[in-house]
Amino acid sequence: MKSISLGQYYPADSVIHRMDPRVKVICAVAYIVASFLCKNFFSFMLLLVSAIILVLISRIPLRIVLGSMKALIFIMAFTAVINIFWITDPGAEPLFSWWIIKVYTKGLYHALFILVRIVAMIIGTSIFLTYTTSPIALTDAIERLLYPLSLLHVPVHTFAMMMTIALRFIPTIVDETDKIMSAQKARGADFTTGSLSDRVKALIPVIVPLFASAFRRADELATAMECRCYHGGEGRTRLRVLKLHARDFVVLAVMAAFIAGVVLINICGARNGWLYTMTIA
Amino acid sequence: MDDASTLERPVLIDVKDVSYAYPPESSDPRPVLSHVNMTVREGEYVAILGHNGSGKSTLAKLINLVIDDYTYAEGQILVNGRDVMSDDITEEEILDLRRSVGMVFQNPDNQLVATIVEEDVAFGPENLGIPQKELRQRVDDALETVGMTEYAQHEPHRLSGGQKQRVAIAGIIAMKPRCMIFDESTAMLDPMGRKEVVATMEKLNREEGITVLSITHYMDEAARADRVVVLSDGKIILDGTPDYVFDHAETMRAAGLDLPQCTAAAKYLKTRGVKLEGSLTSVESCAEAILKAWRERQRKEGACD
Repeated sequence: MKSISLGQYYPADSVIHRMDPRVKVICAVAYIVASFLCKNFFSFMLLLVSAIILVLISRIPLRIVLGSMKALIFIMAFTAVINIFWITDPGAEPLFSWWIIKVYTKGLYHALFILVRIVAMIIGTSIFLTYTTSPIALTDAIERLLYPLSLLHVPVHTFAMMMTIALRFIPTIVDETDKIMSAQKARGADFTTGSLSDRVKALIPVIVPLFASAFRRADELATAMECRCYHGGEGRTRLRVLKLHARDFVVLAVMAAFIAGVVLINICGARNGWLYTMTIA
Repeated sequence: MDDASTLERPVLIDVKDVSYAYPPESSDPRPVLSHVNMTVREGEYVAILGHNGSGKSTLAKLINLVIDDYTYAEGQILVNGRDVMSDDITEEEILDLRRSVGMVFQNPDNQLVATIVEEDVAFGPENLGIPQKELRQRVDDALETVGMTEYAQHEPHRLSGGQKQRVAIAGIIAMKPRCMIFDESTAMLDPMGRKEVVATMEKLNREEGITVLSITHYMDEAARADRVVVLSDGKIILDGTPDYVFDHAETMRAAGLDLPQCTAAAKYLKTRGVKLEGSLTSVESCAEAILKAWRERQRKEGACD
């Protein structure tokens, strides 16, 4: 059987790996908020430094972290270029001017800030969540964090259950897709040549049996779950109980201090008129 | 287990004159079960035999109340004295029924819910609201019983068919049922997996005292039960010990079923004049009987010389 890695979980032994998944979700959200709070050069530098520290303590190889940014490189380049040419600074001399294109120092800084912000957001979410938390732990954490919403009749448990079942069945269905494709190849199906529309058409005989089987599986699974006394989230106990450890409180405190630091730098910056304060997000 | 001791035990499941048909507008409105009567006593190991479409799975599903449409079901099924087909059955009673009569299905993939073995085993008791400490104990015990303790942290999709099915069994045992129904639970497994699962079934019955109802079309599996019930076209045609049932080779054949290979071989030897005695339902007992006949003949030949 092929090894299928779900998500991008990278097993390693680090403080971040051992953190309570609920705390990790909170930290990831807090980190994104922090990246939006940054207003001037110094706060952005703090953000960049914190992102580098995060990568170092998570013990995820740099190559993997950079790899996750590859997919977003176009968006990053695009926003940077737009910022360079879009931002105008009426009071200052343009650094470079040709036809209607004018580039100001402020624009360059804005582009840099945006880049740092995007990189920090990617690193924040991937280090706290995707690389260090298994999908099942993540589902668990989200279910528990969103628990208050179930008092407002939001079906939190149901969504978590759907996530769990999806995670459980993705490998099974990937395997099945392989089998069906082999079976169709054995009957002369060709998935690799021809025009795009030909190749899409060739996939129809794969998708139809796949869906038929998925529905059958769903039906059988529902029966099996009923037989195992499943009746929704009410009155359910859990085998695995999440517990907060001392390190989780330490991490939360560090995160709070970090946000306070960013805010403090912003205030100082506004008061002392530090250069290149960002006016638009 | 002799008949007398079995007959003294309390009745756990009592199927009384049960008929079932799919709705008349469906593609195949033939009756699936017609006037079925059978009892299962506490601690028994009963095999239900029948070819495809004989209604054996439907019967199991009726007992566990997992059929969608009860409009065309008739008769009574008493589990523990309570008629599960009556209209006034409550949610709690249904949960209690499903807890005490667990069911293991054919496809091991389609009954595992969680992404980690031990969490899957915990799924049933979690639904029952078992406190965490006892839950841990039950999961460990159940995995121990099916011999899957070392796989507790594995992902189900990386296990073999037999292992997955044992995990599914552990998931039911963790609910502490009195009876387990195996709905062709070995049909999709390779020979090794079948062996593992059958051994687990026997262990549950002999050591844990769980009543086992095994629905199968494998003769050799049925031969190991205390009692065999043969279904054909929705009717019970034979009900008795394996010896009794396999004695009726013609009736079996009419129902589309063959004898276990060893029994068929032993019967053939009998027609050729070999004197075979005792039970002829398992490979071991047949071999024993043949050995005995062979020694007998040698002694006679020795006496002649």
